[in-house]
Amino acid sequence: MTQKHEQIRTEVLAIVRRLAPEIDPTRIVPDKPLRTQIDLDSMDWLNVLASIHEKLGVNIPETDYGKLVTLDGVVAYLAEKIPAAPEE
Amino acid sequence: MVSLMDSPMRPPLIRKSPVDSPSTANGASFSWSQISRELGESSDGTINIAHLAVDRHARSDRAENTAFRFLGTDGSTRNLSYRELAGLTDRFGNTLKSLDVQKGDRVFVLCGRIWELYVAVLGALKIGAVVSPLFLSFGPEPIRSRIAQAAGKVLVTTASAYQRKVAALRAELPSLRHVLLIDDLGAGNIADTLDLHALLRAAPETTALVPTGPEDPALLHFTSGTTGLPKGAIHVHSAVLTHYATARIALDLHPDDVFWCTADPGWVTGTSYGIVAPLVIGATCIVDGADFDPLRWIHILESERINVWYTAPTAIRLLMKAGPELFAGHRFPGLRFIASVGEALNPEAVWWGQDVFGRPIHDNWWQSETGGIMIGNTAAQDIKPGSMGRPLPGIAAHVVRHQEGEPVTVIEAPDTIGELALETGWPSMFRGYLDQPARYRECFAGNLYLTGDLVRRDADGYYWFVGRSDDVIKSSGHLIGSFEVESVLMEHPGVAEAGVIGKPDALAGEVIKAFVVLKRDIEPSEDLRLVLLAHARRRLGTVVAPKEIAFVPALPHTRSGKIMRRLLKARELGVPEGDDSTLAQGEGR
Repeated sequence: MTQKHEQIRTEVLAIVRRLAPEIDPTRIVPDKPLRTQIDLDSMDWLNVLASIHEKLGVNIPETDYGKLVTLDGVVAYLAEKIPAAPEE
Repeated sequence: MVSLMDSPMRPPLIRKSPVDSPSTANGASFSWSQISRELGESSDGTINIAHLAVDRHARSDRAENTAFRFLGTDGSTRNLSYRELAGLTDRFGNTLKSLDVQKGDRVFVLCGRIWELYVAVLGALKIGAVVSPLFLSFGPEPIRSRIAQAAGKVLVTTASAYQRKVAALRAELPSLRHVLLIDDLGAGNIADTLDLHALLRAAPETTALVPTGPEDPALLHFTSGTTGLPKGAIHVHSAVLTHYATARIALDLHPDDVFWCTADPGWVTGTSYGIVAPLVIGATCIVDGADFDPLRWIHILESERINVWYTAPTAIRLLMKAGPELFAGHRFPGLRFIASVGEALNPEAVWWGQDVFGRPIHDNWWQSETGGIMIGNTAAQDIKPGSMGRPLPGIAAHVVRHQEGEPVTVIEAPDTIGELALETGWPSMFRGYLDQPARYRECFAGNLYLTGDLVRRDADGYYWFVGRSDDVIKSSGHLIGSFEVESVLMEHPGVAEAGVIGKPDALAGEVIKAFVVLKRDIEPSEDLRLVLLAHARRRLGTVVAPKEIAFVPALPHTRSGKIMRRLLKARELGVPEGDDSTLAQGEGR
């Protein structure tokens, strides 16, 4: 995993933790569906997506929801959308 | 396709042709005894929901028709014919009997929309057990309090849900004799539980039916009030008459239809209309195990060739938000009737259905206590977008003046706001709140059931939702009691007091917001806010826990010491605090 992936993962987990602070990120299996491991209802999930838009500048259209099932999937999706940082 | 932007002015009425569906014409000939005869009432006076929903078809030429088609999250599908469903529910009923479960014992189910849940609900009904479905998003506290209140004897759940939410509570639930597990983790034996699949395999497929009478309890649906514990609304086997009649009248459902009710059986809609009503009709039910996903839903509507779709305002608004492009290239020629329930559907959403599917969305109204649809927009009736429609045949509704200390009086004048009241006597009316007879009595004035919803009725007899007469919160169509949330927040050692309101939200209707007063010497901080949020979510689960927590120095109280939640809400909305009418408007939509 690249440093960029690692940064995105950290940021996504921080966003999830702000909305669902009861979650222990170390217990998330990254290639299993996220929402079966942690309790996020539809409103929580929309708030996660809104925070991703706000913090990472990526607006996720509804047609792409199917790519965001696992934590790995979310990170890979965002990594593709976020241009490489100048220092990388 | 017409965009909403192109035509901001919509006519106030969607005209229906009377030939749309002859079966739904509001005939004066309607009677509940006629419905009972149509369903094939038994000569010995017995009636059983599961028998009418499953066995009746399994013994007919419809036996091989698909009763349920389950769509798995992994893309798998599984069909159960009425014949197979009859066999599996007999096996489950016989399993319960072998575990000494008697008629009247309470059986809880707590799992996602998987086939085992449906088999358990119907199999338990067959042997006269009382079924209470729990929502999988509940945290341990709502699960514990409901099972304890009802002295639940059996719980059917998954290994993952059990380990996360129930295992730690077992000592607090002495009534709970058996936990039947669906091993979704592949974890093997878990202490103090039984393997459901092994039990089903071992059980005989002989008929499990235990005779039940029309007034024998069948279902227990918990609902929330402003104060006190959740209330367990008791429904009886004759409720099936309402399920059957309303599925035809309010949902235009026919035996050869493919029907999709998107509600989870953890809520009353998902049981009455996600299980019972469509099966009694003899339709095919689509059950999707996955969470809401706009593209997936469009795919299901199209590829499963849904004829009748029953969904909820929050889902509709989320689909609207996704934009009309999402629907481009998709065709829904079989989709004949769309209905919505949970909270008042805004006119834009009714029109959106017309734009995207060529069908308006038919709002209807009911609640846990009524057991089935009471007021609705039917296939043959003109729609006034924004109205919940008119009372169904067999239902007599009134608008009443209901003020504390004064007799309840019926308001005859149109367009006057009052409480919605229904004349008692429809089959699916609740027969009690479990162990709370006083709260049950308070719901009635003479022969009127008082619903707690404020409405007005226009000169044409259409009802319009205005707001709640109490402080109950309605989030994504689900009633949530402030008290349950406040109690859990106050368990935290730093909290002196908490007041919880529904904050208006464009998608969910309302979201839960908590105002928290901290104990002396405790300083508010972002860290503490997160600790409280974690505590609430861990205990209550996502749907009941607050989405927002704000620290305040004090809460407003009445002279008798009750928290004035209305005032908290008025402040949140920035409306004048003494102006109730403004507040009621804010609550309405």
